[in-house]
Amino acid sequence: MRIETNSSPQASTLDDQRNAARPPQIPNPKSRILLEATPEDHHIARLAAVALGLTVLEAAIPSPLPGVKPGLANIVVLVVLARYGWRAAAWVSLLRVVAGSLLMGSFLAPGFFLSLTGALCSLAVLALGMHLPRRWFGPITHSILAAYAHIAGQMLVVYQWLIPHAGIAYLLPIFAAAALVFGTVNGLVAAQFMDNGKPSHPEPQP
Amino acid sequence: MHRLAHFKPGDSLILLLAGLGTVWLTTLAWHGGAADKAIIRSGGKIFREVTLAHDTEISVPGPLGTSIVAIRNHQARIASDPSPRQYCVRQGWLKNAGEIAICLPNEVSVELSGGDKKYDSLNY
Repeated sequence: MRIETNSSPQASTLDDQRNAARPPQIPNPKSRILLEATPEDHHIARLAAVALGLTVLEAAIPSPLPGVKPGLANIVVLVVLARYGWRAAAWVSLLRVVAGSLLMGSFLAPGFFLSLTGALCSLAVLALGMHLPRRWFGPITHSILAAYAHIAGQMLVVYQWLIPHAGIAYLLPIFAAAALVFGTVNGLVAAQFMDNGKPSHPEPQP
Repeated sequence: MHRLAHFKPGDSLILLLAGLGTVWLTTLAWHGGAADKAIIRSGGKIFREVTLAHDTEISVPGPLGTSIVAIRNHQARIASDPSPRQYCVRQGWLKNAGEIAICLPNEVSVELSGGDKKYDSLNY
């Protein structure tokens, strides 16, 4: 992305044409902001859209306890992490959080901040976890670590900000169990996707 | 079977550790916080602090009469109370730290405490 102002020497051809069509006027004091989307931006946007679709889909699944969710969108983040690296995964994850909250109408509501905290904690742990030796640790490891980081960060925010009561400790085992189950399942699904994408993946078979 | 092929050795290790961690967390959160003493208050002041280690019965005077606090098997309850609606008696045995039975008309309460108390009071 690039931000250009009127005074910039490199104005796009479209703007040149538009300026040529108009008679010369007093220079507009307002600066124009021109966003140039690179193919990489489009690619990330497409991936984030997939994650967003899964978020919306997931919102339709009833949950026994607020906060216990499969986190299907994280499958996309895991695949992006493995294929395109951490930066792209962070973009997809955070775009998903912001756009998802806009779609759900929870932007800047407590749920949004919980979502954001979870995503940031997961990304931080993934940044470390992705450097584990690939030979032994795959997407399942990444998924489980991210799931635990997600719920740990969220519980911390809930305790510090929303419910400062030690009683929420009673819910910890439920959330931890959910993180274990959904983390493993999402990791398996992500691993499956990666195999489909690269059928000739040189995996050492025993 | 080919789904299991995705499990690399480290993945299994992480899964095992996460499972053990979850079990440990469960025991900590659901069976922890064992109470070791009961704080009996009368008229807002601490009347006595008694250990739960010994079975005993304690008579606590209040404005309406005498409430009796019973301690048995590391649990405590209000065994009898002169309050009209008997809410604190019906509450039954208290087991975990932080649990409290209050007989408001007679101004008597029993609170279990143990380990570390995380908060003094709560406001909403």
